[in-house]
Amino acid sequence: MLYREAGDYKKSYAEDSQTFPLKLDRWAYYALLAVAFLVVPFVINDYWASAVLIPFLIWSIASLGLNILTGYCGQVSLGTGGFMAVGAYASYKLMTSFPDLNIMIIVLLSGAITAAVGVVFGLPSLRIKGFYLAVATLAAQFFLVWLFNKVEWFYNYSASGQISSPTRSMFGFEVTGPTASASAKYLFCLVLVVGLAWVARNLTRGRIGRSWMAIRDMDIAAEIIGVNPLKTKLTAFAVSSFFVGVAGALMFAVYLGAVDVGDTFGIQKSFLVLFMIIIGGLGSILGSFIGAAFLVVMPVLLKNVMVGMLGWPSDMSSYLELVIIGFLIMLTLILEPHGVAQLWRVTKQKLRLWPFPH
Amino acid sequence: MSDGYVTPDGRTIGGKVLEMQNITLRFGGVVAIKDISFDIREGEIRAIIGPNGAGKSSMLNVINGFYHPQEGQILFHGEVRKPMKPYQIAKQGIARTFQNIALFKGMSTLDNIMTGRFNHMKTNIISQMIWQGPAAREEAENREIVEKVIDFLEIQAIRKTPVGALPYGLQKRVELGRALAAQPKLLLLDEPMAGMNVEEKEDMSRFILDVNDEFGTTIALIEHDMGVVMDISDRVVVMDYGKKIGDGTPDEVRNNQAVIDAYLGVDHG
Ligand SMILES: Nc1ncnc2c1ncn2[C@@H]1O[C@H](COP(=O)(O)OP(=O)(O)OP(=O)(O)O)[C@@H](O)[C@H]1O
Ligand SMILES: [Mg+2]
Repeated sequence: MLYREAGDYKKSYAEDSQTFPLKLDRWAYYALLAVAFLVVPFVINDYWASAVLIPFLIWSIASLGLNILTGYCGQVSLGTGGFMAVGAYASYKLMTSFPDLNIMIIVLLSGAITAAVGVVFGLPSLRIKGFYLAVATLAAQFFLVWLFNKVEWFYNYSASGQISSPTRSMFGFEVTGPTASASAKYLFCLVLVVGLAWVARNLTRGRIGRSWMAIRDMDIAAEIIGVNPLKTKLTAFAVSSFFVGVAGALMFAVYLGAVDVGDTFGIQKSFLVLFMIIIGGLGSILGSFIGAAFLVVMPVLLKNVMVGMLGWPSDMSSYLELVIIGFLIMLTLILEPHGVAQLWRVTKQKLRLWPFPH
Repeated sequence: MSDGYVTPDGRTIGGKVLEMQNITLRFGGVVAIKDISFDIREGEIRAIIGPNGAGKSSMLNVINGFYHPQEGQILFHGEVRKPMKPYQIAKQGIARTFQNIALFKGMSTLDNIMTGRFNHMKTNIISQMIWQGPAAREEAENREIVEKVIDFLEIQAIRKTPVGALPYGLQKRVELGRALAAQPKLLLLDEPMAGMNVEEKEDMSRFILDVNDEFGTTIALIEHDMGVVMDISDRVVVMDYGKKIGDGTPDEVRNNQAVIDAYLGVDHG
């Protein structure tokens, strides 16, 4: 009786299709935003920022991106790490070539460049599907990492082969570089997360989102309602890669500050993001966040408990982490293929009817 | 007949919407359609009948661009149609349903029918990203049309249900809804009543007649139930082994010896 729509009638089709149809959900969302913007920046410390909050925000963007491509449009990709690398190297080249360019613009441009690269690697998707497409994107992953290692121009011929992020400010606050404060970095990422989640939600609720899902569910039926398969898939590749590129740029410029492409953007990262959307929920905005939160927080938790409290060796906790992830993926695939987000929806549905079973 | 005709029940049938001229379609050695010509006229309900494997579905697939015939040509509104992709043909106002239901399983009834509005929705990706303004307005306008389709097909109660969870008969109805939402000029229905019980067939027949009557939609349908075909169609094409063996009003076709032979299974030597 607590959680329901009593008295919450929809008077128009626009109201019926809003993001949070229930008042309670809407308030919870606004409260969360208020805390994230007005409270967290003042209480955040370096440990929380770098161990949990900033990685969570950045991985959320990446997992939103992959979810658009895989969850909504049904095109499997194992190239996420490689596309993040494109975003990272694009931001590095832009920062070093145009020192006066605003960092927000640099990050968005890096996303745009990644979108273009994503479209090129998405071209085979017209002809190949499923497993074979996954293999093709895997090739993109290895090619891109190889490219950024091999071509010295990308890392400005530095001796180490690494790229490192110069200091850039916004509104007088340093956002990148070694002396940027935790709260400035956090807020910068938060603004992008909120903006991009809003864009993802809007794109997936209307004509374009439905055309993605139509291609995912039944491509021949999509064609007979007028959906151009190539254009639709490439749009998904572009939008998805934009998100992933932004995540890569943030990972490098804001979070890590210095990057070795093989370590930071290797194939493990492609799988990590794929696991996020599988556990969180394919075709769900909320699921992208749940998956990212889970895979960012769980290792930290494990490490704190096992290494910090129980005194076990640290390689032990990282093995256990892999076992737990593997186990959870099998569990979600078997029990709830639509991930935790679906579990949440079902629970909410039950709560709405509670205490009556139907 | 070249400028249409008046049906026994007093409806005026117009000129040729679609004209198939000497269509031949082969799959390797198999000839699925052999030199068939017929036309579909504005406002009529045109049935295509024939035994299993006669080539009926292949004919619809030729009309909506899944298959490209090796010989013959197709005239749409009097003009020769160059080879086109199915999505381009959809944009010309041809919608269809499938013999085996082809719904979007991961989406609700409402979203499935909303996809039918795809060709009528024009806001660009930037507006869609921002949503507020043109995109939201367009969504609401199209939702209104879709709600009319939902009311028409009497499926209000399953609006938000994922289509995968619906019984077969309702899925067929949702698929019709998706095609209707496109407000097509020509509607192709591949066995809309297959696997239905008598009541469901009656409902479906009523919907087909109402669509034709209320919106003037031209309909071509494939159906095995002879009772239904004779009841609702204005003219019938009969196919057998890829060939056309009859064409005319239900009465003419019923009395055609070749048709009777095909249905009674006379040896095709
Ligand atoms: N894609 C294809 N490749 C090869 N052969 C095909 C293909 N599609 C149809 N055929 C063949 O063409 C012939 C006609 O098939 P079609 O599906 O058009 O028959 P139909 O009249 O719709 O039959 P039914 O009443 O069983 O649906 C059959 O022999 C079939 O095997
Ligand atoms: Mg058939």
